[in-house]
Amino acid sequence: MTQSDINNTILEVENINVEFSVPDGTVQALRDVSVSLDKGETLGIAGESGSGKSTLALAIVQYLDSNGHVSDGSIRFKGRDILNASKDELRSIRGGEIAHVAQRPSQALNPSLTIGEQISESIRLHQDIDSSDDARERTIEVLDQVNIPDPAEMSERYPHELSGGQQQRAMLAIGLSCNPDLLILDEPTTGLDVTTQAKFLDLIQDLKSEYNTAILLITHNLGVISEIADRVNVLYAGKMVEKGPVKEVFSNPANPYTQALLATTPELGVDKELRPIPGRIPDLDNIPDGCIFADRCDYATEKCETGSIRMETVSERDGHESRCLHWETAISDPIEAEESAAPSHTPGEDVLSAEKLKKYYDVGGVIQNRFFDHQPVQAVSDVSLTIRESETVGLVGESGCGKSTLGRTLLKLHDTTDGSIEFRHQELSGLNKEQLQQFRSECQIIFQDPEASLNPNKTIEEIIERPLKLFTENPPEERQQRITELIEQMNLGREIRSKYPHELSGGQQQRVAIARAFAANPSLIVLDEPVASLDVSVQASILNLLNELRDEYGTSYLLISHDLSVIESICDRVAVMYLGEIIETGTTSEIFAPPYHPYTRSLLRSIPTLDPTEDIAQIRLDGDVPSARDPPSGCSFHTRCPKKIGDICETEDPQLESVGDTDNSHCISCHLDQDQIESPLDMVANPEM
Amino acid sequence: MTTKENNWRANRQFWTQKALNLVFANPKVTIGLAIIAPTIVLSIIGSEFTSHGPLETNPADRLQGPSGQYLLGTDHLGRDILSRIFLGARTTLLIGFGSTALAVLLGVPIGLIAGYFKGTTDEILMRIMDIVMSIPTLLLGLLILVALSSSTTNLIMAIGIVFTPRLARVTRSVTLSESKQSYVLAAKARGESHLYIMFREILPNVTSPIVIESSTRVGYAIMVGASLSFLGLGSGPPYPDWGYMVSVAREHMYSSPWILLWPCLALLLVIMATNILGDGLKDALDEKNFQ
Repeated sequence: MTQSDINNTILEVENINVEFSVPDGTVQALRDVSVSLDKGETLGIAGESGSGKSTLALAIVQYLDSNGHVSDGSIRFKGRDILNASKDELRSIRGGEIAHVAQRPSQALNPSLTIGEQISESIRLHQDIDSSDDARERTIEVLDQVNIPDPAEMSERYPHELSGGQQQRAMLAIGLSCNPDLLILDEPTTGLDVTTQAKFLDLIQDLKSEYNTAILLITHNLGVISEIADRVNVLYAGKMVEKGPVKEVFSNPANPYTQALLATTPELGVDKELRPIPGRIPDLDNIPDGCIFADRCDYATEKCETGSIRMETVSERDGHESRCLHWETAISDPIEAEESAAPSHTPGEDVLSAEKLKKYYDVGGVIQNRFFDHQPVQAVSDVSLTIRESETVGLVGESGCGKSTLGRTLLKLHDTTDGSIEFRHQELSGLNKEQLQQFRSECQIIFQDPEASLNPNKTIEEIIERPLKLFTENPPEERQQRITELIEQMNLGREIRSKYPHELSGGQQQRVAIARAFAANPSLIVLDEPVASLDVSVQASILNLLNELRDEYGTSYLLISHDLSVIESICDRVAVMYLGEIIETGTTSEIFAPPYHPYTRSLLRSIPTLDPTEDIAQIRLDGDVPSARDPPSGCSFHTRCPKKIGDICETEDPQLESVGDTDNSHCISCHLDQDQIESPLDMVANPEM
Repeated sequence: MTTKENNWRANRQFWTQKALNLVFANPKVTIGLAIIAPTIVLSIIGSEFTSHGPLETNPADRLQGPSGQYLLGTDHLGRDILSRIFLGARTTLLIGFGSTALAVLLGVPIGLIAGYFKGTTDEILMRIMDIVMSIPTLLLGLLILVALSSSTTNLIMAIGIVFTPRLARVTRSVTLSESKQSYVLAAKARGESHLYIMFREILPNVTSPIVIESSTRVGYAIMVGASLSFLGLGSGPPYPDWGYMVSVAREHMYSSPWILLWPCLALLLVIMATNILGDGLKDALDEKNFQ
């Protein structure tokens, strides 16, 4: 599909500009953006937040907010001019011929209508189906298409009764119900677990080959694009900076921004020193002259800062283009991540250790427990974990596995149901008030959403000063000095002191949260998804900062994350959690190499790689994570395990047992014996591949 | 500490700017304040400038209509109504703002405690509030006043107690959602005291809804105050308040409708102004929250 046939082109967006009028001027969200899409082709739009990806999708379906409009250029869909189409025409195109699957299915689905009603509504609106029986039949058919089990029964359910992955499938079913020619997927897998994401991507892959629908895939996740897109366009601050076939762009990027983006994305199994992109995306109400990326670019010269930069052809045959004056230099001397040096610190004494820790929610009252069959939510059950001095322990698992609860319970933010936690060999439940205050000063926590973790009514100075006031007896001058020192250490500007949190970017907010955590020299910090809500380019700089600070202060981290590549890049040891239990522990290298627990293996295999040529055998887990209120008997993973051996899995709970080496560091809880664990699971899981 | 001083100055400028924005950005706020601010001024100094004092009786001139000498006419004892309206505004506004302030002082801490501690504490406090709320407003006011004897202070207390549950409810609901934010959890992890978390971390972030609720309460408080004083439970003669003036004027309604009209109009104007102001504040502060 290298040569695009004119008659084959479904969507043609030519040089569009999109402007939003805001109280103090106009924001030029998209400038001179062109996109073309052929029948049956999948085009990925990549870019960080604020680059205008979603705006492009909304402009195509003419669904921009009332203060935005396309000020220049043209959008043609199957030869028809969308910008000048009448309201009726637009109505029939939207939903009928172009399906737009919005972000966040939990919000996009109407909570008071069943899934079936929402799908048949779209069917009756756009197709000549009048009888409700026919519409129902078609509804069940599309639900089947998107692999929803038992479609007839599922169509009777309300959105909240479906899991996140199923909701996303239902959204897709609404989109597909009218056999659209163009399917726009806006961040379809953001917020889904990797295993669910992998299954969703498989589904898209199948639909592509079956129905010949053109797909416009919008995502910030380069791995997803590499997995299913044919061509990719990279957007930066409202401008297209590079376009071309996925293979070509990912293996031979010709734009410094694309290169930087690839170098800053953590990858599994690749030891790379993540390279953050300096600076931040420019404000779109005040666009600098020349190349928009120039102020963050390593290759930028004076020439880059004036005039308009055109798209240069890199390869005529592939249609590979780059908006850069220096693309030739960029190709011959690309920005690449360097290999990272192995972590060189040695862990010391035990700082915090938990023994047989249990945390149940909704335990129920006496009456509920005696007279009704009440089951508590077993968020954490029988977890033992030790964190040593200046060590980073990773805690990984899908959402709802209890990893955040474990982190908070360890810091005594929740009461424990059973089991013991020791801090420097002192049982936490036995601490008196002063000792507890001491413990609080030694252990800190950093949250996922930096904005929510900073009080919006306090200045940055007040925020950082608070722990110093609380935990030290330093006079005000010394505290001021320490604040200056911390702000410098976090690479924040001096002017930040008197600002309020909402005036900062997400990355800066997270740095302030880190500064606050480090202010009183803690010995342990729990990092609860510290980079999950940040863009990749910022992610890398935060991870590097955390690494530096650990080396400097000798602090221990408990890093909670769903992202295995983040875990791999900074952790010394890893614990894998599933349904409140730790099912595998070991050093990072042990976890990421055989022998594996079947669950770890499938997690690893679910992550899309950045290399589009790599064709890895894949494992897909069936079904959803069971309810923590009623976990399966025996091994809790047996309901989804691709390597289940038989009754023993259902009746007997396997213990964490050491595998391989003699030092007992690598433990797996599985009934499979050693040879079976080491054999390539992938082939068994997916025999047809 | 020059930087501190600069900071303070910048801060003052910032807040002045913010306040001016609030007053002039929204026409409702402007209108409301344009009526209430002069009322407050007149209630303090207004009766000094009228030709006759508010307590000065002139039996010869009783029950007169508006004239050059008595701008709004006279009442049954020949007292100048304009002057009495100005003096009455003092009591009326005092009741409106005083009782609202009392309701805020009582209701906000109750709501904060209930929303922050949740569970049993929440249940107990809010059920007590429900009981208070289930008694009709006027009836409860009457009960309290009869028990305490009637005076302006007691009137303020009575209405303050009647309005406490509403403020407690509003505060509780915003505190509930605010205490889920992770900065509250971060404060707990830092070992901050409950009092610090409630009043220094959460309270500054829930002020908008409290301000909105209390500004609409002022109008209602004036209304309830006027009703109670109409029933004879106000400050009592010879000091006028608008509700009392209406109740006296009722007897002379047919012979001289003026004396009934003026206090009613005054009540209407001020209650409407406080409601418009509350409505405007709601719009203005909501906008801010969405940004």
